[in-house]
Amino acid sequence: MPEKGKANLKKLLPERGAVMEFFESIGGLFDFTMKFFKSVFLPPYEFAEVKKHMDELGVKTLPIVSITGMIIGLVLALQSNPVLARFGAESFLPAMVTLSVVRELGPVMTALLFAGRVSSGIGAELGSMRVTEQIDAMEVTAINPFNFLVVTRVVACTLILPMLTVYVIILAVFGAYIAVVIVQDTTFQLYINAVIDSVRFSDIIPSIGKTFVFGFIVGIVGSFKGYNATRGTEGVGKASTTSVVMASMLIVIFDMVLVRITLWLWPM
Amino acid sequence: MADVIVDIREVYKSFGHTDILKGVSLTVSEGENLVIFGKSGTGKSVLLKCLVGLLTPDAGDIMVWGKRVTDLKPGELNALRLHMGFLFQSAALYDSMSVRENLEFPLRKNYNFTEGEMTAKVERALDMVSLSDAIDKMPSELSGGMRKRIGLARSIITEPKLMMYDEPTTGLDPITTKEISKLIRDLQVELKMTAIAVTHDLICATIIADRSIVLKDGVILFEGKMDQLVQDTDPFLVNFFSPDFIEEETGI
Repeated sequence: MPEKGKANLKKLLPERGAVMEFFESIGGLFDFTMKFFKSVFLPPYEFAEVKKHMDELGVKTLPIVSITGMIIGLVLALQSNPVLARFGAESFLPAMVTLSVVRELGPVMTALLFAGRVSSGIGAELGSMRVTEQIDAMEVTAINPFNFLVVTRVVACTLILPMLTVYVIILAVFGAYIAVVIVQDTTFQLYINAVIDSVRFSDIIPSIGKTFVFGFIVGIVGSFKGYNATRGTEGVGKASTTSVVMASMLIVIFDMVLVRITLWLWPM
Repeated sequence: MADVIVDIREVYKSFGHTDILKGVSLTVSEGENLVIFGKSGTGKSVLLKCLVGLLTPDAGDIMVWGKRVTDLKPGELNALRLHMGFLFQSAALYDSMSVRENLEFPLRKNYNFTEGEMTAKVERALDMVSLSDAIDKMPSELSGGMRKRIGLARSIITEPKLMMYDEPTTGLDPITTKEISKLIRDLQVELKMTAIAVTHDLICATIIADRSIVLKDGVILFEGKMDQLVQDTDPFLVNFFSPDFIEEETGI
């Protein structure tokens, strides 16, 4: 390669430090995840703390997922109707919207919104506790901060996201009904019958199943970034933003893998 | 002669290529108040954190009540920590908890007290630091001095035998500094605690110290009583403890 080309390529590539930092981060996250699995089954079990986090995380995320869920269903139906009309297949609109929302859009959109709202919050909260020595204070009073702060948050995220996803799917189906009423002449009963007929057990189980994985990712990434924050307030800000980026990336990557596994286990 | 409860032998600690502690050895006897002086970055806080197992030294031994801290399993280390208290420089109060919850937290997690017993302990600890009125306040509502006092109350609520103070008076005005220092001294007498305090503050040290050491460049430069320390003619110590400034290389 000519020297000029090499120089241009070098400009395009990230610096060596950034690449190393990325791989160190992935390695650190793997170790952190292993530590979680070692700790999660050991006492003390902080059930009250898990419930408290589930309440907080659910309430925090409810407004944004409610609005987004409703609008996704509505817009998807409005956008799809003209396309289906070209093929004379308008009657498939409820089924198409429902399957799209149940199988893919509902879980992934909810997970990404959840990551944006919750992962950054956990990253900032734990990061702030780390840099102000609150985590050290817990440790010196013979309290296991990992169990109390990390395990409880990750378990809460893992359990609350599937519930939020079911809620988003229901709202999206309802949003789609509004669009169907606008563009087609149908009744609620006919719409609901079409929705129920179109969804099979094998559509719902893998779809909701993968949200447990997404919830886990959001919790573990936010906790990992916050728990290991350094360098004062700058570190807290970094933990907050990088946790959203990392969680969102991992959600998309794991979605791709889980879709492949789902299609292999339950071929359409 | 009182029993030695902390025995630090030839401890080394570095971060990356920076050597912080270069073979520090010291002992602390039961009931003694030891004050550690030194410029910022000389490893005073690092030494305290090694002592409670928050940091692991690269080499050397740290024995507390005859147990080698670095060899202890997590459960054994926590059992040892139940007899220790630590006041952080920033007080490290839990932001999301009220003063009452901050003080109850170590009791709830480590002991089986009834609600009534816990309330009595919280009230007594707050009474000791003269902040009974702050019981339902959040940390964000407290001043710097109040935060230090509440941090102190949280540290002593479990009645530790060995107490560590990381710059207990930094950032406080001279009057509050004297109040906090006197409080530390009184608590030590009342609860019969052994204490190690890291500080830059001569007022605080004069009030609480039985013995003092000075760390410089990762080693102990001076060890002795406070009156010996302030009269020492070493240029570094003169610069540290008097308004005069002396060029350390020339001694002029």
